[in-house]
Amino acid sequence: MTPSSQKRSLGLVVFSTAFVALWLAIAAVPFLWTLWGSFKVQGDFFSKSDWTYAIQGVRTLAETGSSFTGQGYHGAWVEQEFWRATLNTGIVVFFTVIISLTLGTLGGYALARSGYKYAFWILMAALVFRAMPHITLVSGYLLPFFEWNLWGHLPTTIIVLVAINQPFTLWMLHSFFLNIPKDMDESAMVDGCTRFQAFRHVIIPVMWPGVITTGLFSFLLAYNDFAVTAMLLSQENQTMVPKIASFLGTTQVEGNVMFAVAAVVSATAPLFALVMVFQRQIVSGLTAGAVKG
Amino acid sequence: MKHRTFLWFILPSLSAMVLFIALPIVSVFVQSLFVAHDQVLIVTENCGPFGCKQATTVDQEATRALKESAPLGKYNGFATYTNRGHLAFAEITEAWRSSDGVSTFLSQVLNLPFYRAVAFTLAYTFVVTPFVILLGLAVALGVNALPRAIKGPTIFVSLLPMIVTPLIGSLILFWMIDARGLIGATLQIVFDDPDLSLKASPTLTWITLFVYGVWHSAPFSFIVFYAGLQTVPQDTVEAAMIDGASRWQRIRYVVVPYMAPLVTFITLMQLMDNFRVFEPIVGFSAQASATSLSYIIYSDLRGGDTQLFGSAAATSMLTILGVAVLLTPVLIRTWREFNRKPV
Repeated sequence: MTPSSQKRSLGLVVFSTAFVALWLAIAAVPFLWTLWGSFKVQGDFFSKSDWTYAIQGVRTLAETGSSFTGQGYHGAWVEQEFWRATLNTGIVVFFTVIISLTLGTLGGYALARSGYKYAFWILMAALVFRAMPHITLVSGYLLPFFEWNLWGHLPTTIIVLVAINQPFTLWMLHSFFLNIPKDMDESAMVDGCTRFQAFRHVIIPVMWPGVITTGLFSFLLAYNDFAVTAMLLSQENQTMVPKIASFLGTTQVEGNVMFAVAAVVSATAPLFALVMVFQRQIVSGLTAGAVKG
Repeated sequence: MKHRTFLWFILPSLSAMVLFIALPIVSVFVQSLFVAHDQVLIVTENCGPFGCKQATTVDQEATRALKESAPLGKYNGFATYTNRGHLAFAEITEAWRSSDGVSTFLSQVLNLPFYRAVAFTLAYTFVVTPFVILLGLAVALGVNALPRAIKGPTIFVSLLPMIVTPLIGSLILFWMIDARGLIGATLQIVFDDPDLSLKASPTLTWITLFVYGVWHSAPFSFIVFYAGLQTVPQDTVEAAMIDGASRWQRIRYVVVPYMAPLVTFITLMQLMDNFRVFEPIVGFSAQASATSLSYIIYSDLRGGDTQLFGSAAATSMLTILGVAVLLTPVLIRTWREFNRKPV
């Protein structure tokens, strides 16, 4: 690929490769360390005597008779009922993504096809809303939700997350629909379709790549959210992230911190799988706004 | 598109945003004008053989009734904004009068909770953003030079710090910097100081949070720059090479200028995201040495016994103003571009 004139000096290649290797270590080691450590006892993961204990599992061997233990996972999933939080996260994330995408595709399509000034103003308002720290909005919800008995339920949180997601979804799908040639739906309308029929029969079949990319980011927003879920959900409806935060309140008890470690690993696993499967879409989504300027 | 059709298409999305983003801002503003009710006190006189004593007790019943009849609390005007927990005008005037130099004045101001949070939020925003851009560009240049076969896995690993839940990412690092964790123990050996703890001193806590911020956001700028590098016109690079530009000069005078619009984009995204820094403070349990605007709203809402809605709302309004100030240049620029663009 590279023409010979562009050959780099050996020193530069070594330096640049070493730099990337260092970066990869910084990016990956924390995860590997935690994954490995989650199968140890607390005395190894936080070893007072020697950090290599965490790798060899000396105390784990002494305490449990094996170098690996599932105690942390058992404690988190069975004793602390982390499965319930996982289920709640599943429900919240699924409905948030589906509803955001439905509203977002309709809105994004309209914004992309309207040349009027108000479309621009809606986009600008969405940009401002996008920058709003989520916790400021939460402080607006709490009191009314308490008063109207809406606080603590999963549907409330789903709707709030959908709304918080909308500005981003609108922007992303709007720029995506701009790339679908106007002629396609307009020719369908010349043939007698209404605007909605044109959308239904012409646009929907070709919009899936953009929708999937946007859906990934909606998923990440709902899955990673802490501010909204921690404040708006009652104890029994808690999702994974606030549940993990609540483990930390009880970490003073020996071994409980390992529950949190195990829960952290469990909550990270789906994200890794997601990146593995959808790496290309995530990369293209991150750059969608940028490369076009 | 016709106005009516447009309306029907946008209506669901727009109403979600109006109901749950615009109205809450109004709700925040209204709440910020109220404070919690005082407790209703009853003074009773107990007369015994040794004379009469006055005792004050809280009338629980009446307090609850008052709370139910007016859940917002009592009207307080803009007093919450100016009290000690927020803009603290009185305290600042006092500090200005009593202090003999700028540094004592500043240290007194930074003891006030709101200004402490502002200081950290701004420091975080303006320290992390440039480092994210530099590190991202460096990694992008490095990865771009790798052989094609290992680019995919490299990008996968590089994405991880960004994709992981912020709270979880900060917890993972928090456990590693523990004096008994990998990084904490290593630092103790390197600096030969068995008492060294990153959690103990405010300065070190700030630095730790900054490092976390860079670690978390660098992948974003890396990906954007990496995609940008794929579109740098090779002709220009080759022309520069024929003109005798060294590798460094080619990067400095061809690649970097080509990346300039991307820098603007990343800066904008990073300013918005870093300004609301919140989860790392929870994850690192750093609230003793570093609080951000988002964090003090959160701790007001959490409350100890009572949730301080009025106080949280006032901080929220001030934060929203901050966001508006931050975004104004962007909005003006976009407005100009929109007017230039033929529709």
